[in-house]
Formats: sequence, structure tokens, C-alpha cells
Amino acid sequence: MTLPLTIDQITAHYGATKVLEDLSLHVADGELVSLLGASGCGKTTTLRLVAGFMQPTKGTIRLGDKDLTRLPAHGRDIGLVFQSYALFPHLSVMNNVAFGLKQRKLPAAEQKARAMAMLERVGLSHLADRLPAELSGGQKQRVALARALVIEPPLLMFDEPLSNLDAKLRVDMRVEIRQLQRANGTTALYVTHDQEEAFSISDRVAIMDQGRIMQLDTPETLYQRPANSFVARFVGFENLIPLTVTGRDGPRVRAVTRDGAALSLSQDRLGPIPDAFILATRADGLRVSGDPAAEGLAATLGLRTYLGRAYQYRCEAAAEPLVANGSLATPFEPGTRATLIPDPDHCAILMPE
Amino acid sequence: MSRSIHPALIAMTVLVYIFLIGPLVIIFGASVSDTTFLAFPPQGLTLHWFENIWEISAFRRTIVTSLQVALVGTFIALLIGIPAAYALNRHRIHLPGWLSTLFVLPILVPEIVIGFSLLRSVNVELGVPVFASLLIGHTLLVLPYVIRVISAALASFDFSIEEAAVSLGSHPVKTFFTIVLPNVRSGVIAAFILAFITSINDVSVSLFLTGPGISTLPIQILAHVEQFFDPTVASVSVLLMMLTIIVMIIVERTLGLTVVAK
Repeated sequence: MTLPLTIDQITAHYGATKVLEDLSLHVADGELVSLLGASGCGKTTTLRLVAGFMQPTKGTIRLGDKDLTRLPAHGRDIGLVFQSYALFPHLSVMNNVAFGLKQRKLPAAEQKARAMAMLERVGLSHLADRLPAELSGGQKQRVALARALVIEPPLLMFDEPLSNLDAKLRVDMRVEIRQLQRANGTTALYVTHDQEEAFSISDRVAIMDQGRIMQLDTPETLYQRPANSFVARFVGFENLIPLTVTGRDGPRVRAVTRDGAALSLSQDRLGPIPDAFILATRADGLRVSGDPAAEGLAATLGLRTYLGRAYQYRCEAAAEPLVANGSLATPFEPGTRATLIPDPDHCAILMPE
Repeated sequence: MSRSIHPALIAMTVLVYIFLIGPLVIIFGASVSDTTFLAFPPQGLTLHWFENIWEISAFRRTIVTSLQVALVGTFIALLIGIPAAYALNRHRIHLPGWLSTLFVLPILVPEIVIGFSLLRSVNVELGVPVFASLLIGHTLLVLPYVIRVISAALASFDFSIEEAAVSLGSHPVKTFFTIVLPNVRSGVIAAFILAFITSINDVSVSLFLTGPGISTLPIQILAHVEQFFDPTVASVSVLLMMLTIIVMIIVERTLGLTVVAK
């Protein structure tokens, strides 16, 4: 049976240092939620709190109706997969997988049968008698996965499970993890610092910074509509241009940058625009036009780099250093006066900090 | 092209070996000499001096005492040292750095000072009996080695492994015995052997803590040399060496000497 996870207003400290503040998170039954952020953002702390390796200073953690907060780690029934695989070096692959079943005092024959069936699912039944040291990294992580899944936990947690694998294997393994999680319908919490990994396999992603969740949304929403500057920068919006509205005319809004350059935008596709806001775009969402009279931001182009699908320019516009892409048909030389035209489909409107 | 070795280097190496092994050869030779004094090269061949060890009751008694003290002292040191080393490594980031230094302090303090201060405090002030003071002294003497060696084994132990076991439903205490301990087994064995040998060969601490009727073998050797000059001392020394060598061979065969070296 699988259960939803509810983290309710958790605060946690390491000694005197506060590492999590009022963090709340709900993972629905069968959902895979990733915690994504740089090291020190609190993602691993959150996982360790749920696992019971750390105690929160306040707040509660519930799995279904069961309050886990004061339960010791060995009574929580959570499947865990570690970055270092954490296989028992002195036990065979079979005994590694059967370990959790042995703790549950299942009959030996059933332990063996279930462990073997799980090993078959991860394609390693032929290695049952090996020791962990004789396996490759990918095989070790499969054993770790089988060991966590065989106890049929209501919640699965992953702590950077793919960081020790090479790039190609990482992609294969994350697909495998997602397939197994889907097939079992297990609720899952996945900690990673790898954005692509988080976005590719998660139902929702929580982007964290300094012990708080900055935004919790589907990967699509995070990627296209970040809610704040931190998330925008995190998902690759290079250009954050602060603007102030000077006039409104139906859906059209006129705004100026901090040094007075004017820009006209339409709310039709950008959504409602407040009086003071930040226009966020990726380099892809800021098109370079050679026509200095076109409607957009006047800019002086700087260094040009070749991306394969476009040219990219470092430019100076409205006192902001910006990055914009231009078509391969017309390369511009550094120093060219040009116009940067925001593409409303690739822009986000953020509230100023 | 094969690298040629400088003749001076060969000479130096040979000298070092002579310096290291020479005294052992002399003692061994003297122990089988058919003379009533220490003689090298041996004149005649006899095992009489080895038999003589068993005929002198003081040697018999002190060999037993030495073995008892070394075994029990090492065992107590392991009982204290294993949990201490575990705690020091498990919670390293939360503990001040000087704490682990504290546990190896007895290595830095001259053994003779430890012996003297134990005599003053344990034996004289607290009135602890001689055998018990000896045990306390030897436990203290070998504890730093135990903690050092087991810490070295634990330093390369991934504590995620322990957490994995706990998350799978194994009680932390049970996890320590079924998961942590088997993985630092070689460290525990190495610690045992190192501690045992240190204790068996100790003079400085024992010198202060032995008392009437209770003594250890090295102290008895000292006492014997003060009165007699026969080769019995040489044969006892050979026995002690053999014991150390046999233990080292066992370590080498089962674990490899690098376990003790690191």
C-alpha cells in the first residue's frame, strides 16, 4: 500500500544554525516530487527528517494518517536509495535485497522468493550470489533500488541516487527508476541538484534555496512561468529586466527601464502586468533585430558566439548586461546598434524583489 | 634499461638489517648455549635454559599474570574503545576536534609518567589491589592504540550503510552488531593484536604497578637479571619474540600487515 506524504511547517536546526524554516510540502499518493537545489539548500535535510535520521525543532511529518514525527527511523517503513548505494559490503546481493524482509521476520523461503522476484525485475537475478564489490555502479544502484522496493514501502526516497554514475547510465537509470515507481504506484520523494534529472522524471518539482521552497510546480510551469527571480535564474532565464509602467492602452502596456529606455508589451499573451515588474527572458526569448527603429529595447551588440541553431550576443541595453539570440542568416559585428525584441511566448512577468 | 642500485645504498641496507637483526641472533644464540653465563657464539647446544624457565616458579607465575593482564586489559580496552571510536567517527562533524586527540593522549605522555601517576592515584590513594591496578594501567596503556586503529577502520566506513539498514527496519543497536561491526572486523582484530603485544611487552607502566607476589614477565626478567647472569633470560626473551612473531604471521596471513601499519 502506498500513502501520501505531508510535511507540515517543519523547522530544523544543525546546532544553532537554522537549516529549514517553516517548510511545508504535500506529496500525493503515487506522485513523484523532486527537491531541487544547490548544496546546502536543505533538500537532503528534508529527506533526512522524513527518514527519521534527524529531528525537526518544530512541525509534523505524516504518512497517510500516521504521524511519523516522533517515530524512530527503524519504525518508519520507508524505502531509501542513497547516492553511495550503501549496499552491505559483507552480504551477497541476495541477502542485501532480503535484508528488509528478514527484519520483518518473514519465513526464509518467502524472503528468498520475493528477493529473487525483485532481482528479476531489475534484471540482476543472475548476480544473486555476488558480493557488492563485484558489481558495476549501475548494477549496485539496481540492487539498492530492489532492496528498497522489496519491502513494498508506502514511500520511496532517493538521495542523489545517480550522482555517482556516468552521464549515459544516469539517463538510463532515471528512466528505469521512473518506470518502477510508476508501475508500483509508490509515492516518491527525490532529492537531486541536477535540473534535467528532476524535470525529466518528476510530477512536480520543489526548487529550494536557504531552507525554503521557492516554488513547487510541474516541470512545465517552472520552466515557462517561474514565480520569482530566484527560480527564473535557476531555470535559465539569463535576462531579468526591471521595468516600471508609464501608461496603459487596453492590453498594451508602456514601460521604461531604470535608465529610461521605453518598451511596449501586450498583456494578451504575457498575462496581467503590475505597475512595477521584472521582465524575465532566456536568450532565446530576446530576438536581435538589425533595425534600430523596430519596437523593442535599443542595444549595442557585443561579443558574438555560435550556438549551432543561432548566434548569441552579449549586449548592453538599458544599463543591463543582456544575452540575446539572433538568426544565422544575418550575423552582426560587435558594436552594431540593434533592437532586442522580447518574444511574449518566452517571457515571464515577475514581481520585483 | 634496468636501474642500477648504488653500492652505498646496498651497504647501508645491509648495515640496517645487521643492526636490526643482529641482537636477535645474539640472544637466540645465547639462549641455547651450554654455559652458565650469556655466551655468543654459543658453546655447545642445549635446551636446558628453556626448561629452566618452567623450573623457576617466578617465571611461571609472571607468564600467567602477563597473559591474564594482556588478555583482560585488551578486552576491556576494546569494550571502551570500540564504542568510543564509533561515537567519535559517527558524530565527527558535531564534536570538537580536540576530543579525539584527548583519547590518544596516553601515547603522548611518557609511559613512566602514566605508571607513576597511576601508582599515586589508583594504588596508593584509592587502595586498589595490585592485580586490579595492573589491569587499569594496561587498559589505559593500550586504549589509544585500540581507538586509533578502529577509528582508521571506521573512517573508511560509509555510515549510509548503517542508515540503509535502519531504514529497512533494523534496530540501531542490532544494526551496530550485524552491519557496522562485521565491516570493521579487520580493524578490531588488528587493534586486539596491537594492544595485546603492547601490553605483553610493557615495562614502564608495570614497573610501578607490580607489587608483592604479583609481577609481569618483563619485570621478572629485569629482577632476574639483577641477580643472575645465566642464559635463562635469553631463552625467555626468545619466547617473547616468538610469541610476537607468531602473532604477526597470523595477522599477515589473515589480514595483511598493512592493517596494523595504517
